[in-house]
Amino acid sequence: MTKKFLASLLFVALLAGCASGVKLDDVPVEDKSATSSGVSTQGIGNDQNGAQTGVSGVVVDKSGSSIGPVGVAHVVYFDYDSFVVRAEARPVIENHARFLQANKQRKANLEGHTDERGGREYNLALGQKRAESVRQALSLLGVSDSQLEAVSYGKEKPAAQGSAEADLAKNRRVEIRY
Amino acid sequence: MKLVFLRIGLLSCLLKLLVLSALAVPAWAQFRVEVTGVGMTQLPVVIAPFKGEAAAPQKLASIVQADLERSGQFKGLAAGSVLLDETSRPDWSPWRQLSAEALVAGSVTRLADGRFDVRARLWDVVKGQEKSDFKDTVSAGELRLSAHRMADWIYQQLTGTPGAFASRISYVTKAGDRYSLWIADSDGENPKSALTSPEPIISPSWSPSGTQLAYVSFELRKPVVYVHELATGQRRAVANFKGSNSAPAWSADGKSLAATLSRDGGSQLFRIDLNGGEPRRLSSSGGINTEPAFSPDGSALFFVSDRGGSPQIYRMPAQGGPAERVTFSGTYNISPAVSPDGRWLAYVSRIGGAFRLHLMDLASGQVTALTDTSADERPSFAPNSRLLVYATIFQGRESLMTTTLDGRIKARLAGQGGDIREPHWGPVRK
Repeated sequence: MTKKFLASLLFVALLAGCASGVKLDDVPVEDKSATSSGVSTQGIGNDQNGAQTGVSGVVVDKSGSSIGPVGVAHVVYFDYDSFVVRAEARPVIENHARFLQANKQRKANLEGHTDERGGREYNLALGQKRAESVRQALSLLGVSDSQLEAVSYGKEKPAAQGSAEADLAKNRRVEIRY
Repeated sequence: MKLVFLRIGLLSCLLKLLVLSALAVPAWAQFRVEVTGVGMTQLPVVIAPFKGEAAAPQKLASIVQADLERSGQFKGLAAGSVLLDETSRPDWSPWRQLSAEALVAGSVTRLADGRFDVRARLWDVVKGQEKSDFKDTVSAGELRLSAHRMADWIYQQLTGTPGAFASRISYVTKAGDRYSLWIADSDGENPKSALTSPEPIISPSWSPSGTQLAYVSFELRKPVVYVHELATGQRRAVANFKGSNSAPAWSADGKSLAATLSRDGGSQLFRIDLNGGEPRRLSSSGGINTEPAFSPDGSALFFVSDRGGSPQIYRMPAQGGPAERVTFSGTYNISPAVSPDGRWLAYVSRIGGAFRLHLMDLASGQVTALTDTSADERPSFAPNSRLLVYATIFQGRESLMTTTLDGRIKARLAGQGGDIREPHWGPVRK
């Protein structure tokens, strides 16, 4: 905990050192980084009149993840505009189901993703549908709902950057993360 | 001869490289008018250089003129080297020869306490009469704001409609692996970073007071809705339920948000009281319900649903209840934004694979396409309902655009060192 706290302080200090892009007013730096999520606040404040023109910058730290079943794929792919788990993904899902049933204390995040086409919020909802398909498949195999959380990144975190169909296909996916 | 050209080419290339590296730091330019419709009636105005602005930190006249031109309703005429201020008795003949209809001149004076006294006078050139006076006293840091207020004053005097230049926009940039949430003046200048994160930030939404933003941040490895106090940087998660939390929209009183939660399965609309309490579910259909947008009077909620098989925009009572479909043409209509005057609905429609900004006259249902780009996203209206801001890809780069409601005048704010997206237009500053 202390290490993490120090690391995030260092991170903030580094950022403060190179954050010369925006000229900010002189308000004392207020550190609130001692939270579990590693969120840090810098006061950069109001203007001379104290008018509500000020904007205070906040820096967010990176959060980590841990390992699930070894030697098993963690990604399930989907067809365009589809939320149906393909037959070829069954073995992957069965493997994760076995792992979760053998390790009742472990939890899995099912992260839905879409390709780049369309709006961000609508894609978030589409990715959610995919994540929930995988959740249902795991539930049907006997995994407890309390071990699963279906969430979505929409189109925000593509696995492949290009716009060719091969890239888009890699982005329509659910990642199973522990 | 050939060699000389080559050398010049090389030199200019080197210079360009230098300029590019200087711009690698997020220094966002101003919104520049790039598309101008033909046959527009634009009021010709002269904004004379302000007396004293050469010594002031901001060139007021050019800020005012750029604002007025971006509105699509004015054409700025060159003032030349005439020396004028608000106390002058202008000689009308040169301005009448230019067909100018209005003249603005003024002064900016540093006061003993370090603040600046800004004064201006607006004349009707055709009648040869003074029309109105402007006076403002501001800190050096507020000189741009004062110029925007002046543009609002001129706009109001000459069109009869309040201006909206003294407002701010928020947007998100992505440079490498860093996402930043920015607050800038309505002309794109004066950007300040409110949040920096290694994870995506989407859907920033201004509170009605202009003091807070709600947005979605993925810093906890899932979408969580935050409310962020801009002056202090204090932020709190207001929707961090199991599953995804997204698409915040403020109620008119600023006391609650509508948002999309997946905690009951699917994507459902909820009302979240910011003073606490259990979120109240508003939508009842299965599948997707998202992107809530309140009507200006707060009585209705526009939103996107796939209940009919494809994403369409619907409207329902803000407290929940039966929904009626609003968009009927096309198979993909998303991202509704209602104008503050309640007349217009802006949204994005997929037409033959291209995502384009459209505008519906809510009274008649008539729809107009406003762009010919193919990746438009997330429109929002200026506080006076006369301009829209949206994100698009223009000449291969993520850009923010403003457009007039007839689509004829467009201005662009390009990201200099990365991607720029997710704009939202905030209220006029007091």
